[in-house]
Amino acid sequence: MTSMASDVLVLAERAGDQIQDVTYELLAKASELAHAWGGKAEVALFGPPELAAQLPAADSVICVDHPALAGYLPDAYQQALLHVLRERSPRLLLLPNTTMGLDQGAALSVLWDAPLAASVTGLTAAGGVAVATCQVLGGKVLAEVELAGERAICTVVSGSFDPSAGQAGGPAEVVTIPPPAELDAPRMSVRQMFEPEAGDVDITSADLLVSVGRGIGSQDNLELVAELADALGAPLSASRPVTDSGWLPKTRQVGKSGLKVKPRAYLAFGISGAPEHLEGMRGAELIIACNTDPHAPLFDIAHVGTTEDLFDLVPALTERLAP
Amino acid sequence: MRIVVPLKAVPDLVEEIEFTPDGTGIDREYLAFVLNEWDDQALEEALLVKEVSGGEVIVAGLADDPGIDQLLYTALAKGADGAVKISGGAQDTHARSALLAAYLAESPADLIITGVQAPDDLDGQLPPMLAARLGFPHVCVAIAVEAAGGSARIRQEFSGGRSQQLEVTLPAVVGVQAARQPPRYAPISRIRQVTQAGGIEEVTVPAASTQPALTVRRMYTPEQTGHAQMLTGGTGPVADQIIELLRSRGLVKG
Repeated sequence: MTSMASDVLVLAERAGDQIQDVTYELLAKASELAHAWGGKAEVALFGPPELAAQLPAADSVICVDHPALAGYLPDAYQQALLHVLRERSPRLLLLPNTTMGLDQGAALSVLWDAPLAASVTGLTAAGGVAVATCQVLGGKVLAEVELAGERAICTVVSGSFDPSAGQAGGPAEVVTIPPPAELDAPRMSVRQMFEPEAGDVDITSADLLVSVGRGIGSQDNLELVAELADALGAPLSASRPVTDSGWLPKTRQVGKSGLKVKPRAYLAFGISGAPEHLEGMRGAELIIACNTDPHAPLFDIAHVGTTEDLFDLVPALTERLAP
Repeated sequence: MRIVVPLKAVPDLVEEIEFTPDGTGIDREYLAFVLNEWDDQALEEALLVKEVSGGEVIVAGLADDPGIDQLLYTALAKGADGAVKISGGAQDTHARSALLAAYLAESPADLIITGVQAPDDLDGQLPPMLAARLGFPHVCVAIAVEAAGGSARIRQEFSGGRSQQLEVTLPAVVGVQAARQPPRYAPISRIRQVTQAGGIEEVTVPAASTQPALTVRRMYTPEQTGHAQMLTGGTGPVADQIIELLRSRGLVKG
């Protein structure tokens, strides 16, 4: 057979026995593209084959099971995925831009010899060619790229596609592939798992959040925003640079690697709106953004914005709330 | 233990972005370049590993990266033991990984620690590419690295605050998301001193073949379809409007 492959393969992401939502987004998109090309939407599932029941929308679920695939071991996943890619020869591999996707996409790009489009937010089949839209420079720039070759890999920003078409239908054909021999000699092992620590405050249950980002500049300046938060009776939350600097505990971090929040109102001070942050708060009912950079990406999804300096605006707000 | 930390100069995100005349690339001519912030985290983590377990930290950059000498000297001022500048440049991360892999084949490392990603390439995830070329295991989104004999213990972070600690056989490549502590600063006087002393080793590596690049149709600034309604009128009136918005939703008492 010499014709171009037309199948689209998704690597399932699971936490324990639970297939993660982002898998359904990718599966919905995989079905759309594969069916437009006359091919199949396949899901690679590493671990217990009975989890395939959670993937009814796939045309086929390709299962590989092995003790090394019980949890997420980057090395074992890489060996298993390369094995599946060689067996199934899809035209396109879709991965979420999660930790798993960041590990696997770039490595397989070399090992499977396919170009990588990272941070994809849009994907269409324009005639025979797949066209991906990728975020560059933290979302300040978008690039439209052609995946014209025989094979390609995309890591997709979660939240980019509607998952509903990826959840229905079925049942899927289940294909079990014997594990590759490399899995018997893994070069890494899990020593310990860590669950999220419980915080003093649960920012996911607050109606109103006062959130600070890099623009706050220093830990000392936090006091200013903390006073406003107190006056509003709202917890203080933050974007990654603030928690990485140790100015607020990790339990206050909003975003991809922190917590997803949906308050009735989200007040953001000095947050530019990196894609990772937007993933965690774009569901807020009312987003009010304060940033001196009029081009801050947060203004694109905020409902209300201001370029007032936070060091002027925050005390002015606090003053108006004084009893 | 020899720890190599690849560093990359990337456009400063606060700058206005201009595109090349054909609209398929970012015009880099007038951009200011800074150290990739994830690489800064990686350097910090590498220096912490050295402080605990000994060994040496060598920073490595590509000669064609704008301002790379300054970045390498700053890393030396922070405590790196050596700096290497590899001849040539790279139009994408695949090409970058090929040059670094060629260098590391000549000058092997036990641990390669670098930023989990760079924001300016379409395929900007260096660590797994480098690992795949070298045949080493790799771990991305690392938030702590400890050396332990012939292996490293790497804490890998997932979404929602979950993480795991992996024991990884060396040599290995680590993609750092965040160091255990904020990156240290080097005093300007120290950077100046180091710069005057020189000491960047220049190495030439053979050019390597890389994967076919993606075909870029166009690059553009996203249309601000759902742009925020901007409040104006000065600090006082803006504050009044925000309070009123919150009050109308019952989020402010009184």
